[in-house]
Amino acid sequence: MELICPAGTPAALRVAVDAGADAVYCGFNDETNARNFPGLNFSRAEMREAIAYAHTHGARVLVAVNTFPRAGAVALWERAVDDAVAAGADALIVADIGLLAYAATTHPAQRLHLSVQAAAANPDAIRFYREAFGIRRVVLPRVLAVREIAAIARAVPCETEVFVFGGLCVMEEGRCSLSSYATGRSPNMHGVCSPASHVGYRDEGGSMVSRLGDFTINRFGPGEPAAYPTLCKGRFRAGEASFYLFEDPVSLDAAALLPALREAGVTALKIEGRQRGRAYIEAVVRAFRRALDALDAGHPIPPGGLQALTEGQTSTEGAYRKGWR
Amino acid sequence: MAVTGTTRDQAAILAVPRPISAAIGVLPLAPLGSALGLVLGAVLRRHRRIFDRLGTHAGKRFGLRPTDLPFALVLHADPARPHIAVSRHLPAHGLHARIAGPLAGLAGLVDGRLDGDALFFSRALSVEGDIEAVIALRNAIDDAGIDLLGDAASLLGPFAGPAERFARTALDLAGGFLQTRSGTGRSGRWN
Repeated sequence: MELICPAGTPAALRVAVDAGADAVYCGFNDETNARNFPGLNFSRAEMREAIAYAHTHGARVLVAVNTFPRAGAVALWERAVDDAVAAGADALIVADIGLLAYAATTHPAQRLHLSVQAAAANPDAIRFYREAFGIRRVVLPRVLAVREIAAIARAVPCETEVFVFGGLCVMEEGRCSLSSYATGRSPNMHGVCSPASHVGYRDEGGSMVSRLGDFTINRFGPGEPAAYPTLCKGRFRAGEASFYLFEDPVSLDAAALLPALREAGVTALKIEGRQRGRAYIEAVVRAFRRALDALDAGHPIPPGGLQALTEGQTSTEGAYRKGWR
Repeated sequence: MAVTGTTRDQAAILAVPRPISAAIGVLPLAPLGSALGLVLGAVLRRHRRIFDRLGTHAGKRFGLRPTDLPFALVLHADPARPHIAVSRHLPAHGLHARIAGPLAGLAGLVDGRLDGDALFFSRALSVEGDIEAVIALRNAIDDAGIDLLGDAASLLGPFAGPAERFARTALDLAGGFLQTRSGTGRSGRWN
């Protein structure tokens, strides 16, 4: 299985390649990709240099153009496709049907991957994207159990890629409007969930209160592990009880499931976290490279030692071990 | 889950021991401010790309408070006249954002040894104010590949190499001493 690693900056890309990534995914510094954060991402020149570095070191670069073009501004997304192809991208990660059509007709030789943002979670949907646009790989949404992934991998005429580590969404990838409700900006259209421009933190006697727009998201007691200030991970209060309604603040860690994912026929394993620093990239990529090497050698998966990097300092196997169906 | 434990570098946020912090507290701040100004200049001469990544946030003022030291820093990220000032306390007004954490955590962010989100999750790091500016600063610094000791040593011209080796050896010894004293390699106050 291939190891697909995130990079938010050229320095992070070099770290990922050096740590053992088979491929690195990244995006341009605008709203065409789903990690449009301040100070993050690649200029056109940086993208060309990064791809050259990766190719020199035997790794590939997948360019994410995976937000949904706004009416009246489609040219920005089409230019991102053109520039990624010109820079030598090994594949484009795309979600929008219109942009897929543009990429497939304008650059018929370019390899296309269907982004997780497209939320294609069944064989019929994936076959449609394959037949209509020639996608070579689908990144599966994080809503599927391993047995469901196996069924899809057997049924579709393309490769499958699944997330194995990092932040989790609330099972509405590409369709979530929580951030937009609170701030007017969304991951789907603007490439940013819970934009930092709308985030606030306040210390209240050792407790940390996080806010997003006009909403209080959470209150963390002294020493209590913290989480991203997203509405989906907000803590709600009803009567005397406070609880997480949509999702607990935890990170995905599917290292223990690597044998099952290989058995399911998965082609590639994806690490989330283009917004994270070089230290995260290096630690996580090295841990999963060790795990894959151990798997190939027939050895047990070694402990990753990644708990300190996880949201809420807690990890989960998410829907892969779906116990509620 | 089969995977548990911590990444040593991420967990090992050592606090400056109180006696050392107290001793620093009686020293005059002016020489420290001058030295930090020189280091900042050396860092920015070597890493001009930081200002490109800061974008519209260049020119903002960041308050940096090492929680285990008796002073604070104000960084004015002005591309034309970058400046760092030292004071006993952060000013109440005039800052766009405040960042607080143990010295080792802040230094680890600057030279890329530590992940900012992980420090935030663990509550070792706290931020207030213009969070967009903080994120831009974090990303700009992380991409720059700053080597604090190397950049500072470059000020010494032909003596840069020996000075850097001496400083790294001294820090390794100090780190080992503190690890031994703390027993777990973690800060009792922060992790």
